[in-house]
Amino acid sequence: MDLQILLLLGQDGVTNGAIYALLALALVLVFAVTRVIFIPQGEFVAYGALTLAALQAGKVPGTVWLLLALGTTVALLDGVRLLREGRFRKLPPLLIFNVGIPLLCAGGLFVVPPTQLPLWAQVAVSMLLVVPLGPMIYRVAYQPLASASVLVLLIVSVAVHLALIGLGLLFFGAEGSRTPAFTEISFELAGAPLQGQTILVIVASALLIIGLYFFFERTLYGKALRATAMNRTGARLMGIPPALAGQLCFTLAAAIGAFSGILIAPITTIYYDSGFLIGLKGFVGAIIGGLASYPVAALGAALVGLLESYSSFYASAFKEVIVFTLIIPVLLWRSLTTKHVEEEE
Amino acid sequence: MRRQLPLAVFIALLAAGPLLLPEFSITLLNYIGLYAIVAVGLVLLTGVGGLTSFGQAAFVGIGAYTTAWMTTAHGVSPWLTLSIGLVVTAAVALFLGFITLRMGGHYLPLGTIAWGISLYFLFGNVEFLGGHTGITGIPPVSLFGWEMKSGRDFYYLIWLVVLLAILALRNLLDSREGRAIRALKGGAVMAEAMGINTPRAKIVIFLIAALLASISGWLYAHLQRFVNPTPFSLTQGIEYLFMAVVGGIGHVWGAVLGAGLITVLKQWLQDWLPQILGQSGNFEIIVFGVAVVLILQKARDGLWPVILRLLPAPSRQRAVPQAPALDRRPAPPAGTLLLEANGVTKRFGGLVANNNMSLTVRAGEVMALIGPNGAGKSTMFNCISAVDPASEGKIAFLGASTASLAARDIASRGMSRTFQHVRLLGQMSVLENVAIGAHLRGSRGALAAALRLDRAEEQRLLAEAARQIERVGLAEHMFDAAGSLALGQQRIVEIARALCSDPCLLLLDEPAAGLRYREKQALAELLRRLRGEGMGILLVEHDMDFVMGLADRVVVMEFGEKIAEGAPEAVQRDPKVLEAYLGGVE
Repeated sequence: MDLQILLLLGQDGVTNGAIYALLALALVLVFAVTRVIFIPQGEFVAYGALTLAALQAGKVPGTVWLLLALGTTVALLDGVRLLREGRFRKLPPLLIFNVGIPLLCAGGLFVVPPTQLPLWAQVAVSMLLVVPLGPMIYRVAYQPLASASVLVLLIVSVAVHLALIGLGLLFFGAEGSRTPAFTEISFELAGAPLQGQTILVIVASALLIIGLYFFFERTLYGKALRATAMNRTGARLMGIPPALAGQLCFTLAAAIGAFSGILIAPITTIYYDSGFLIGLKGFVGAIIGGLASYPVAALGAALVGLLESYSSFYASAFKEVIVFTLIIPVLLWRSLTTKHVEEEE
Repeated sequence: MRRQLPLAVFIALLAAGPLLLPEFSITLLNYIGLYAIVAVGLVLLTGVGGLTSFGQAAFVGIGAYTTAWMTTAHGVSPWLTLSIGLVVTAAVALFLGFITLRMGGHYLPLGTIAWGISLYFLFGNVEFLGGHTGITGIPPVSLFGWEMKSGRDFYYLIWLVVLLAILALRNLLDSREGRAIRALKGGAVMAEAMGINTPRAKIVIFLIAALLASISGWLYAHLQRFVNPTPFSLTQGIEYLFMAVVGGIGHVWGAVLGAGLITVLKQWLQDWLPQILGQSGNFEIIVFGVAVVLILQKARDGLWPVILRLLPAPSRQRAVPQAPALDRRPAPPAGTLLLEANGVTKRFGGLVANNNMSLTVRAGEVMALIGPNGAGKSTMFNCISAVDPASEGKIAFLGASTASLAARDIASRGMSRTFQHVRLLGQMSVLENVAIGAHLRGSRGALAAALRLDRAEEQRLLAEAARQIERVGLAEHMFDAAGSLALGQQRIVEIARALCSDPCLLLLDEPAAGLRYREKQALAELLRRLRGEGMGILLVEHDMDFVMGLADRVVVMEFGEKIAEGAPEAVQRDPKVLEAYLGGVE
């Protein structure tokens, strides 16, 4: 291996690592606040990328239908409850968010052909179609079980993951898609080409991480989420509704997932089921951080990206085996160093 | 006998199956049987033991690939490869179990997902295992010259294994080792305090589940006579767990129901969904995903309990177990120093819960530890019983330091305890709960239990439990579910459980809380009798009448420190004690 290949692989690794880091952050966030191990995180990556690809191909992405169906379900579930309790003033925001906006998006797609939109608008529409799925899924699948054990929530996660994979196949077909690069700029670094897209991914990830930092440190909602993560009961007594915290962090996780998908869509071909492995690699990073520490999780994810990239060069067929076997020494190390605290049923 | 009728009908129908059903149904039933074997293992692992695995398909794969490779490449007999497959599976399961089972909660399922993926890619990329195309030409299994070539021939073998697995599992759960496994769900603290080696119990159920999966894989390979990586993927591993959850994760028959339901439903959906949706693909996973979420939301125990309500109710066991008494440990003579705590300090971060605490307990005396709420009495208890070891200081039990001992080792030396917050298994009967206390007085393991070789010992353990229940005066509740008793009675059940271990030192954490006057008198009478027999009793209690009428010596704690010690009358007059309880006079 010469320096050129080393740099090229390193570039690849850092790019993927940046994405894994974003996902790892989202996973840590969701787990800390809701105790949900968010296996479907990866599906948001695939949905984000494939929705953008569908828009660019001039098709109506199937995510619209899912958004409409889930939105209507949420509106029905919560609407009936609000009517019964006589809280009529809460009805309009519920309907606007869950039915109005999805209908508007769907209508807009039929009126304005998405291919005519500029790239940034296509990205915005994709996000608008995918991100609301996060809180809706939380409301429909997780919220009724919010007090269940971590294991029950994990089985729900796996079930949601399977359902979303099946729907992904239905919406986008079995063929993969790759979107055109956001930028054609290319530099040269020590004889190896450095793609503008790579820089874009790293810069965007870094900006997003900094943005999240400010959200958690400086805003009321961010602080509310941190409070819930530290002590659910305490946060509840201080007037932070657990359902709000859950929906908020699922929105963030969905946004991070969809955005990551849009970022990597020009670099790798994304299939309907690609998200799972991408999300799991974020997971390996998150587990290195013990599902608790954000910076260690991000570092772990970057390490996973690099390891994947170099092992794909040496033993490409065993790339996945190597990455997922990495988790075993990590678990061993964690099991020897962490003091296990018993979880009461 | 009426209870056995549905089972007899089920077995008769199974036996008649191949004579009546078309080839297609037989194939389907064969697959249901194969899946049910794996799902039964998951019932033990997840439903009973509370450990979740998504990676069972990988163990199926190990069983299948071991026999596929050895029979085709080396011509080894399938019966030999069955045991080799089991050995390989056991080795892998022990290794993975050692790494992940030590950790609580979610690390095990996450680990199972990771190895599920790794092994799948390994099967698909290793050249001598045929890569993604797999291995063909696996020979059929033959028994005394009879070659089981068709699905019809194989049917009986598969369902025999299913029934044997269920029988063995039911036997196991109804035994000493089974109670230890069921105690895992009640929390490791109680189980360890009763002398159960919880890491070992976890490894045992993990191993059993993996071995059942491996047997299913061996059967699969010789039924199909061809293997490739697909049926051992993570998706299949998830499906196994779904089968168990849908059927009813706490019931062995739920595994069969779930396997049947999901297999038939999948077949049906695979026929219909592509026609409805106009494209081909495995869309049934959408339905499964949604169905599992709904089941967890609406009927968390799965579908088997629904069917159970239609069957005749189980006749409750009423006969009090009778058997010769168990051997007792030699009791130390009255006055022997049992427990000596010296300078015990316990810190939680910056908080000092116990500071330089010292106390002794002798055989044949009741020592009471009293003090206002938050004085650190329960912390002291946890230090002594090694549930949560002390930060500093020396604790000696029967003259030997307990510093390096785990809670279960201390239990085995003759110290037993109850808990301030009752730790019983509410679904189990009082008798079974109390029998957990006798865990260390038996020795028969999982294999003996599965084969019913443990009955003599089991009977003696249960008889001992029954004697202790009668001794504490709860004989009429012996066969009731422990959770149905009043809280005060549950505390008494805990005392019976502690007595069942034949202790020489008994630690009681607020035993009289929640008892009525007469019950308190009965409890005091029981404790006096135990003291008369030479037992040492360390008591934490808030009821002063109860304590002062019973204790030989009293230690008073406040803010983690000892403020007084002596006979009850002397302590009651101590100004420091009066100040602690009534507030100082300024």
